Parts: sequence; C-alpha cells; structure tokens
Amino acid sequence: MASAPATTPSGPAVADEAQASSLRHRLPVEIYVLGFTVLVWVGLGVFSRYFLTAGNISNMMRQVSIDAIVAFGELFPIILAGIDLSVGSVAALTGILFAMMLAAHLPVLLALPLTVALGLLIGLINGLAIDRLGIPAFIVTLAGLQGFRGLTYLVSGGMTVAGMPSSLDLVARTSIAGIPTMFVLMAVIGLVSHFILRYTRLGRYCYAIGSNAESARRVGINVTQVTLVCYCIAALFAAFAGMLLVSRLTMGNPNAGVGAELQAIAAAVVGGASLFGGRGTILGCFIGSVLFTTIGNGANLLGVSSFWQMVIEGLLIALVVYVDNIQKKRQAGVR
Amino acid sequence: MALLEMSGIFKSFGPVEVLRGVDLALEAGEVLALVGDNGAGKSTAIKHVAGVYRADAGEIRLEGKKVEFDSPRHARTLGIETVYQDLALADALSVGANIFLGREPTRKFLGIPVVDNAKIRSETEALLKRLSSRIPPKAATVAGLSGGQRQAVAIARALYWKAKVVVLDEPTAALAVMEREHVIELSRRLAAEGVGVIYIGHNLIEILEVADRVAVMYRGQVVHVVKAEETNQQELIKYMTGFTEAEAKAA
Repeated sequence: MASAPATTPSGPAVADEAQASSLRHRLPVEIYVLGFTVLVWVGLGVFSRYFLTAGNISNMMRQVSIDAIVAFGELFPIILAGIDLSVGSVAALTGILFAMMLAAHLPVLLALPLTVALGLLIGLINGLAIDRLGIPAFIVTLAGLQGFRGLTYLVSGGMTVAGMPSSLDLVARTSIAGIPTMFVLMAVIGLVSHFILRYTRLGRYCYAIGSNAESARRVGINVTQVTLVCYCIAALFAAFAGMLLVSRLTMGNPNAGVGAELQAIAAAVVGGASLFGGRGTILGCFIGSVLFTTIGNGANLLGVSSFWQMVIEGLLIALVVYVDNIQKKRQAGVR
Repeated sequence: MALLEMSGIFKSFGPVEVLRGVDLALEAGEVLALVGDNGAGKSTAIKHVAGVYRADAGEIRLEGKKVEFDSPRHARTLGIETVYQDLALADALSVGANIFLGREPTRKFLGIPVVDNAKIRSETEALLKRLSSRIPPKAATVAGLSGGQRQAVAIARALYWKAKVVVLDEPTAALAVMEREHVIELSRRLAAEGVGVIYIGHNLIEILEVADRVAVMYRGQVVHVVKAEETNQQELIKYMTGFTEAEAKAA
C-alpha cells in the first residue's frame, strides 16, 4: 500500500476558496423574485394612485392569504418530486361541503373539524394511490382534479350555496392589530410549515426523498409514511383555503379554486422550488404568491385584460426557471 | 474467530445458480479485496452481507453469531454498512445531513423534537478533520462534490456510525487518479480503525495496493484466497479465468 500525500497542493486552501466563491454566487432565487416584486410595487405605485392605498393593500393581503396557503401545501409534494394537481378541486369540494353544512345550520365548530377530516381523507387517498399502488402522482392527482371538481358540481347541483351564518365573514373581514385576520392565519400556517421543513426530521426526509428516494429507503427512512403525510398536508391546506374562500365570499361557490393548482405550483417554482424535487422553501412560496397576487391586482388596476395577465404570468415562470438554471450552472462551475 | 464469515452460501435466480457455496472469512482491521470476472458472483455474494438477498442455503456469522438479515436496514443496525457504486447520497442535503440521514440527533424545542443541526455540524467537522478529508464541511449540498468527495462522505458515514464491516462496491470505478488515491487511503484508514473492509474491484494494481488479502471468485465460488504481498496480477488473473489450484501451481 502506498500512502498518498496527506495534504496535496490542491488541499484545504483551494476547497475553502471554492466554497467562499460558491457562497457569493449562491444568492437564493427568492431574493431576485423579491427584488422584482418590489420593483413591480414601485412601478404600480407610480402608475396607479390607488395601488398603495390602505384599502388596496389589505385587499391584496386577503387575496394572497388564500393563494399562499394552497401554495404552502403544494410545496410538500413538490419537494418529494411529486405534484398535487387536485388542490384547486379539493378546495372547491371541501368549501362547498363546508358551506352546505353551515347552510343546514350545523355549528361552525362542528363543520370545521368535519371539513378538516375530509381534507385529510382526500390526502390519504391521494398518497396511498401514489405510494401503495405506484401510480405516478401526476396521474393520481389529475384524476383528482377532475373527479373532485365533478363531485363538487354533483353535491351542489352546480349552484352556489348561500345562507351562511352572519358570523362567518368575521375571519375574512376582521383584522388583528391592523393586519387582516386571514393574513395572520396564513402567516401561522406558513410558520408551522417552515418549521416542519426546516427543523424536523420529517422535513429533512422530504428533501432526502425528493433528491434520492432510493438512498432514503436504504438508510431506513419510511418513505411511505412521509409521502402520505405530504399529500395529507397538501389536501388539508387546500381545505383550509376552501373554507377561507367561503368565509370571504360568504357563500359556497362550486367554481372556486379553478386553476388554483397551477397558480400554487407556479408560486412554488418562482419561489425556488424544483419540480424535480429536493428543493423549495415556504418563504419562496410566499414571495411567489405575493408576486402573482401583485400582478393580478396591478393588471386589474391598470385595466390590463386578464388574458394578458395569463401571458405575463407564463412568461414570468419561464424567466424565473431560466435564471435559476443559469445560477445552478454557475454554481456547479465554481464548485 | 473471524469478524464476518460466510459459509456454503448458495443462491439461484430461477434456473441460474449464481452462488455455488461461497466461503469467505473477513477479519477485523483488514481490507479483503474481492475480485473476479464479470458474472463471477461478487455483487450477489456481497448483497447477502448487505441484507439485500437471502441465501438459499448456507449461513453468515457475525462475530461468531449466526445472523439472518431481514433487510438492508437490519444489516446496517448490526453494523454492516454498504457503500454502493451509485453512492446513494441525497443531493439536496449537506454533507452533515447525509452522514446523519435517518439517524439525526434531535433536541427538544417547546417539547417538539427538532433536528439538532448544531450537533450535526460540529460532529461532521470533527469527523472530516479526523479523516483529513478535503470535503468542505460547510458545503450547502453534496450536489457539487466530486465523485471522490462523495465516496469519502459515504465512507465517513460508515466510520462515524462505528460500522464493524464496510463493503465498498467498486469505490474507484469512476474516479480520477488523485481521487482514487484518496479513496484507497480512506479504505486503509477504516481498516486501521479496526473495521473489516470488503473491497470489490476490477483494477488489480489498485487491489494489490489497497488489500491485505485478496479473494478470487470464479463461477459462484471463492476459488483462491491469498495475502496481497504473496501474489501478483498474473496469478490473480489465472484464478479469475478458471485455473485450478494445481494448474496455477504448475504454470
């Protein structure tokens, strides 16, 4: 056995240097998106007198709350390298059933846990189909996208559900210390999600499974369990969003949440998540949601057609992913 | 008493008899190289030790006690770490997170168990220092590491968790020359710490450099075991290609 030199000329010094320079290049994509969002704010503030009014800001805070909650849920399957296309339909189904229970004079304190349980059940079904039956997440939840929307129309007869108790819009209308209650709820859900992803074993296993499911299995991680939990979280958060929408509109709307899954996926991706798994943060999801809400709001204020809004959003997603890819390449170059 | 002993291991896949009575003994603190032509049964034999396959017949003894592995996880809890060719690191995680993956230390935060990142960081730094490794311990993820560095992370993981047996499956297959030296050095290091190392390889020059003993497999059996210093490439090749003991002596 020949002993290799203990420290080669290309030893620790080079590694440290490479590390330092890769740190310099590793500005997370969230920062760019945040910067861009602020630019959009400034621009809209200049072009629309109404944009920076208290009324509009609190309106946007309410709007972003619901979108962000769906996006937070969506992030969990995305980190696993999965996807949940059913969240919009799940929000509609849980929302409409929540509204129907309230319309039938069930107390909120009963309707709420029942709706939550329904959300968890749907997540469990999604997760079991994906993990146990081995059907790709894309297919399972595409079926859910269609199926749960169909169920929503069936139970509601395609009609909105009115007759909500007058106390219901408390959540949507009130504020806590000047901040809309919905926004506070969203922030709490976001913080809990961030905590799970960043600080618990469960969160770490999500990233591990998303980057290499086989290696996760080999080190003894219970991949089935983590998968089920992630799809349950996605569906549960969709149910939260569904109920909040009912509160905001003070009625159940079977068309609620159409396209919400795509918006949520877009927010996550713009916020730095990778559809190939293993990457993504709650903060990024939030910033992505804020950006899309801002664009929607600004376009309305400036009278830009909603069709153009969709085009702009599409271009944005492409741009952000492109910038992120350049970054990753640059990072790999300096390793 | 050998650290790990395989005796009379038979394994068939359908009509194909891949292992025909494998006998192999590994001592603590040695690097035992396992060589053989493609299809000789090296990987299959090793997967019995890793808990991936169960033998049709024969037994495995670990520290003299008969063991039957239900799963790779079971083998791992008994102290047998296998470092596969494809390395099985989670790219999205840091060096430390990979070393501790599945066995994270936790601490309580408001009564909730959270991953103790500070401990992972300090243990990882100490471990890498001890291995005089060139891996930047603070690298955000292992995605940017070279093949040799990834190999070193996997070996460091085995070392940290006090594996008794470490199986390295062609650890240098895709490495540059310098990195190859580093991995060989790490393998010796493991042995010096008292670990029994099974080193599967193709490159006989490298094998003779790293190993204390070499076991040659041919058609599902270990046909020859020899001290590395008492053999050479020519002899090993003869056994690998099916010379009998007598023929090899005569030649």
